[in-house]
Amino acid sequence: MAERRRAAAARVKEPAAPPEAQTTRAFPADEPPEQLLGYYADMVLIRKFELSADQMYKRAKIGGYCHLNLGEEAIVVGLMAALLPTDYLFTNYRDHGYALMRGLEPGRVMAELFGKSTGVSKGRGGSMHMFDVGVRLLGGYGIVGGQLPPATGAALALTYRGAPGPDAEVVMCQLGDGTTNIGAFHESLNLAAVWHLPIVYVVVNNRLGMGTTVEAAAGEPELYKRGSSYRIPGERVDGTDVLAVRNGARRALDRARLKREPALLEVMCYRLRGHSVVDPARYRSSADVETAQAADPVPLLRQSLIAAGLLDEAEAQRFEADADARVAAAVAFADASPDPSPSQLFDYAYATPVPNAPHALPGEPVVVLP
Amino acid sequence: MTTMTIAKAINEGLRATLKNNPKALLMGEDIGALGGVYRVTEGLKKEFGADRVVDTPLAEAGIIGTAIGLALRGYHPICEIQFDGFVFPGFNQITTQLAKIHARSAGQLSTPVVIRIPYGGGIGSIEHHSESPEALFAHTAGLRIISPSNAHDAYWMIQQAAACPDPVIVFEPKRRYWQKGEINTDDPGLDPFQARVIHPGTDATIVVYGPLVPVALAAADAAEEDGHSVEVIDLRSISPMDFETVSTSVEKTGRLIVAHEAPTFGGVGGEIAARISERCFYALESPVLRVGGFHMPYPVARVEEHYLPDVDRLLEALDRALAY
Ligand SMILES: Cc1ncc(C[n+]2csc(CCOP(=O)(O)OP(=O)(O)O)c2C)c(N)n1
Ligand SMILES: [Mg+2]
Repeated sequence: MAERRRAAAARVKEPAAPPEAQTTRAFPADEPPEQLLGYYADMVLIRKFELSADQMYKRAKIGGYCHLNLGEEAIVVGLMAALLPTDYLFTNYRDHGYALMRGLEPGRVMAELFGKSTGVSKGRGGSMHMFDVGVRLLGGYGIVGGQLPPATGAALALTYRGAPGPDAEVVMCQLGDGTTNIGAFHESLNLAAVWHLPIVYVVVNNRLGMGTTVEAAAGEPELYKRGSSYRIPGERVDGTDVLAVRNGARRALDRARLKREPALLEVMCYRLRGHSVVDPARYRSSADVETAQAADPVPLLRQSLIAAGLLDEAEAQRFEADADARVAAAVAFADASPDPSPSQLFDYAYATPVPNAPHALPGEPVVVLP
Repeated sequence: MTTMTIAKAINEGLRATLKNNPKALLMGEDIGALGGVYRVTEGLKKEFGADRVVDTPLAEAGIIGTAIGLALRGYHPICEIQFDGFVFPGFNQITTQLAKIHARSAGQLSTPVVIRIPYGGGIGSIEHHSESPEALFAHTAGLRIISPSNAHDAYWMIQQAAACPDPVIVFEPKRRYWQKGEINTDDPGLDPFQARVIHPGTDATIVVYGPLVPVALAAADAAEEDGHSVEVIDLRSISPMDFETVSTSVEKTGRLIVAHEAPTFGGVGGEIAARISERCFYALESPVLRVGGFHMPYPVARVEEHYLPDVDRLLEALDRALAY
């Protein structure tokens, strides 16, 4: 057994080279500057929101586990720029940025993290479970792989409702690199292929599933190739470049929308922090952490905008101040919001009242004395 | 005698198992370098190597399924599941294969796989990080299900589970991982599938296991101040269940309260209530009462305290039992 595993280790491929360490990037001439600045503002908002969530967790305002999009801002913004309001979105538990970019008020998202009754899911979902049907966000999912078959089913539902074409609705299903190793991923891709479903699976490859590297966990570590056994085309894009992400997502979404065929998009990035707020990530080498920091998408876009003459220091600071103010307001809103009342504890367990379901208030006798 | 936390006790129990049984090995997500989410396997990969402490990809069905295969060829795998709610991708393998291969092969094969699952609430986290799914497993014949409540039992029960020829699921009370206790490293003192009377009493019996054991002891102390003598039983083994110890107690006290964090509906408490009602019908002074979680998804942190059985809810049940 030992021997065989050593042989397997020898086969392990070198990790894909990180994107060239860049200090600035040029923009295509036809990109409207306001749009670029809008992307930057969005990325700064996510960054500030997540840093604040980290603080609030450490001040015990947020309970449980809390997973941040730090390092994934360009991905979230690029994907959401490509997804239409009429499309549907499923994500994993690293979902705060997606909820913000689908247009939800930062206050409601923060309130959900706080577990308050004004939250996106009335404080019942928490950090990992953002649901808002209005913006077609059909959930963050805390169980690894949990979102995949339901997202695939939502895409199946769309095929009953209309023909492919420029106005067709499609599903985007986000997942992490580690999640491509669980059975639900493979079952879902196969179903999407044989049923020709309008769905785009987006693998956010931050190179780690908790403390496990992609190379240690995936038989095919070039994850965009994992669709090939289902003849689902895959593409890998640089997830630190918001335009590359947006354009890659548009290509994949077009295929789903116009041809009604599934697609797989892999977006490469680095997780800037631990797996969740409480993970000190001691398993990471300092070289790895340095590489991650060098690929931080937020300063990269800032520098690029400045180099292109689209932004100056003062304006950049105004962007930050704006985001700071919005996040501070979100925290104040969450803080001032009421806790869910214990009297609502039993709400939503079922869609309609269920006879004989125990719904006494906590502390009240569940069995009444004769 | 030595004192340590429950998490450390399991770590030491695993260490002893790996030392004593060359066929034993650990499998799980991030159990090696990271030492597991709760650091229960900390240091073991370094000590025993990557072949005996196997870091797996994220694939619970794969982990449990391959553990079954290892067991079929003479190994004794001990799998770690990170949290209660994450076992379900592997539930299929557990209920359809692990539990049944011995019976199906007419005893030719056995599947001595141990599955460690940190379970229960009280850590401020939602749903699948806080659930108590033991009844789902107890319903399946062929599985043994145990839950230690203190460091001594944690140290020994993991070793006894590893030595058991049947599959054993060890539900570990995660919110008590840091609770310290004394361990007698020379003598387990009890078979892992037996219950233990941990507080003698005469007026009523409270049966608990895992994370609720300290709550029941606190309730017994509080009841004593009110002049009621409560016997507390740490069930320890959920399947098989030690009805002997429970019925002996109820024959004496005439009243029984069963408490667990899991919802009472369809829960372990219902099984105990039914059995004890059959066995002790003439000794019972009141109906068997259950205290547990409500029939709803495990709630978020802010209302968690209302969901989890506490001393007050146990005392309230005691009052109701004593009122008959
Ligand atoms: C079925 C299941 N097993 C284990 C876990 C614990 N867990 C949560 S996230 C995670 C790693 C996932 O990594 P990846 O898919 O790369 O996503 P990332 O966290 O990097 O965004 C693990 C093991 C879980 N949530 N669900
Ligand atoms: Mg990852």
